[in-house]
Amino acid sequence: MNAQIAAILAIDGIASGAIYVLIAIGFVLIFAVTRIIFVPFGDIAAFTALTLASLENKHLPGTVGMVAFLAVLATLMEIFSLWRSGATGKIPRALLFYLVLPLIPAAVIWLTAGTLLPTPLRLFLTVAVILPIAPLLNRIVYQPIADATVLLLLVVSVALHFAMSGLGLLFFGPEGVRTQSLVDFTTIIAGTPVSGQAMLILGSAIFFSFLLYLFFNFTLYGKALHATAINRTGARLMGIRPQQACTIAFLLSSVLAAVSGILIAPVNTIFYDSGFLIGLKSFVGAIIGGMVSFPVTAVGSMFVGILEGFAAFLSSPFKDVIVFSILIPVLLWRSYTLVHAEEEDEE
Amino acid sequence: MRKLVFGVSAFAGLLLAGTAHAQEITVGFVTSLSGPASSIGLNYEKGMNAAYAYQSELGGVKIKLIKLDDGSDPSQATKNARKLVEQDKVDVMIGTSSAPGTNAMLTVANELKVPFFAVSPVSVPIPADGHPWGISMVQTPPLMVKVIADRMKRDGIKTVGFIGFSDSWGDLVYNGAKAAEANGGPKVLTNERYARTDTSVTAQALKVVAASPEAFINGGSATQGALPLLELRKLGFKGPFYGTPSLLNRDFVRIGAKAAEGTQVSAGPVVVTSQLPNDHFAKKIGTAFHDSFKKVNGGEADDGFSGYAFDAWVVFLEAAKVAMTKAKPGTQEFRQAVMDAVYANKNVAGVHAVYNFTPKSYFGVDERSLVVVKLVDGKWVYQP
Repeated sequence: MNAQIAAILAIDGIASGAIYVLIAIGFVLIFAVTRIIFVPFGDIAAFTALTLASLENKHLPGTVGMVAFLAVLATLMEIFSLWRSGATGKIPRALLFYLVLPLIPAAVIWLTAGTLLPTPLRLFLTVAVILPIAPLLNRIVYQPIADATVLLLLVVSVALHFAMSGLGLLFFGPEGVRTQSLVDFTTIIAGTPVSGQAMLILGSAIFFSFLLYLFFNFTLYGKALHATAINRTGARLMGIRPQQACTIAFLLSSVLAAVSGILIAPVNTIFYDSGFLIGLKSFVGAIIGGMVSFPVTAVGSMFVGILEGFAAFLSSPFKDVIVFSILIPVLLWRSYTLVHAEEEDEE
Repeated sequence: MRKLVFGVSAFAGLLLAGTAHAQEITVGFVTSLSGPASSIGLNYEKGMNAAYAYQSELGGVKIKLIKLDDGSDPSQATKNARKLVEQDKVDVMIGTSSAPGTNAMLTVANELKVPFFAVSPVSVPIPADGHPWGISMVQTPPLMVKVIADRMKRDGIKTVGFIGFSDSWGDLVYNGAKAAEANGGPKVLTNERYARTDTSVTAQALKVVAASPEAFINGGSATQGALPLLELRKLGFKGPFYGTPSLLNRDFVRIGAKAAEGTQVSAGPVVVTSQLPNDHFAKKIGTAFHDSFKKVNGGEADDGFSGYAFDAWVVFLEAAKVAMTKAKPGTQEFRQAVMDAVYANKNVAGVHAVYNFTPKSYFGVDERSLVVVKLVDGKWVYQP
């Protein structure tokens, strides 16, 4: 390995690391607020790529049907629970949020199916149709068991992942897709070619991390989310509705998943089940951050990406083994250095 | 009186129907029309439709074709096979789209002693108590690699780089290339692997570029097989690309686009029938197959799978022709005669291969069953 190869590997590693950063931050965000390890998160990123590719090929993406189905199911559940608790006055509001808003982008895509829209509109529609999936899944699957243990929530997440990848096969078929490049230029920095796509990926990761930083520190919703993450019951006593906080966390994470899906689509062939491995590698990054710290998560995910690049060069058949086995020292180190806090169940 | 006439004619009709039934050859065909294997299974069905339209009677005897769906499920394939033999009394079975389902059907064929033509690659040891009842129409993976390795040697290539899947398919191609190297083929310099879900193969491609081989052989398949090619071209690799039939896929061409141009792969001759020279064994029968395919299914046969189903039919026709002289269809003697004839017949030309089966081998193909094709302007072109 000479310096130039190392440089190329590092750039490639940083680009895939930046994708992992976006997804890992989403993992931490959802876990901090809801205690859910949202395993199907990677699937949502993959579905974004597949949706974008379907639009590009002038097909009707399966996501439209999926969102419509989830929206109807969530609305029925919400109306039923409102009716049972006697809060019938809130039904119009529930209809707006659970049925009308998610269905608007789905309807637009359905109506424009078969025509090739301009790229910015295509990207926007893809994000808009992906956004409601995670909050709707939250309403349907997690909200009824919101107070369950972390382990139960994890088991449900795993089940949900399998359901999602099965649906992915049904909606998108077994063939992989790849979209057109968003940017098509390569510059030479210090003798090493750097593709515009890699710069775009890194730039987006930094930009969205910065946006999240602003959101958490300078907005009321951000502070409410922060409060819920630190102490659920305490936040509730201060007038913050945990359910609303959950929905916001899921929405924000969806943005991150959608962005990473769009960024990864031109770089690699994405299959209906590609999301799992991407999610799992991001999860390693999130574990390095202890599922609490955003900056350490970002650094950890970057590290995973770079490690993956170099491991693939040194011994490609064992690449994934190397990446996942860094979990062992990380977990050892965390369990020796961190102060143990008992889970406060009976607050 | 009317009643009597009616009764007599009905009775006569029944008698006729009875004799007609005994004079019929019955073939059972199983494929996956639903489930994950259906994307391949549908091609087999189209091939079988074309085969039936090509010839549906033999020496004045009608051939009856029973088609069943196994839903990509090996246990359903077993049930179908048992139903075909025990209820429909088929003389020959053909099937199915996945290797596990095919293995399941083969077990039934061996147990109930019915000739079985597999259209998927299977490998089952030959039973100790005699010759097997099954044969496979498909080219073997080592042969697929050998043909392309021989072509590299002919092209004067001394060294080759390899990137392949980190699964058994990658192993098959790598081992094939290594075997060719041992026989004086090009030297394999790298053994790099990637998974179907990997986000990047830059590192593996760098390793290949660093070893600076003259050519590159691809151990991936379909859509994902294009990934190393794209990466190698991006890193400035100039050498030619080689591959196996696993790259013969519309999505590979779409995604590989400019980078995949000039890729040479080994392929069944059926893919390029119209470009074959007139003296090629697959020219006449292949043309008949394509015509019949277009007539029945509408659209061109651009896959290899439909050809396997067609070849199973051709081998069956040739064997049944011999068997008809020895026994009556519908009897166990006829089944035995068909199987004997399959092994006795020599040089049966199909759209994929010239078949020579023996009781010692499941596979009846040789190097003639693969030609080399090159991707030029998004089309596969025959390379003599």
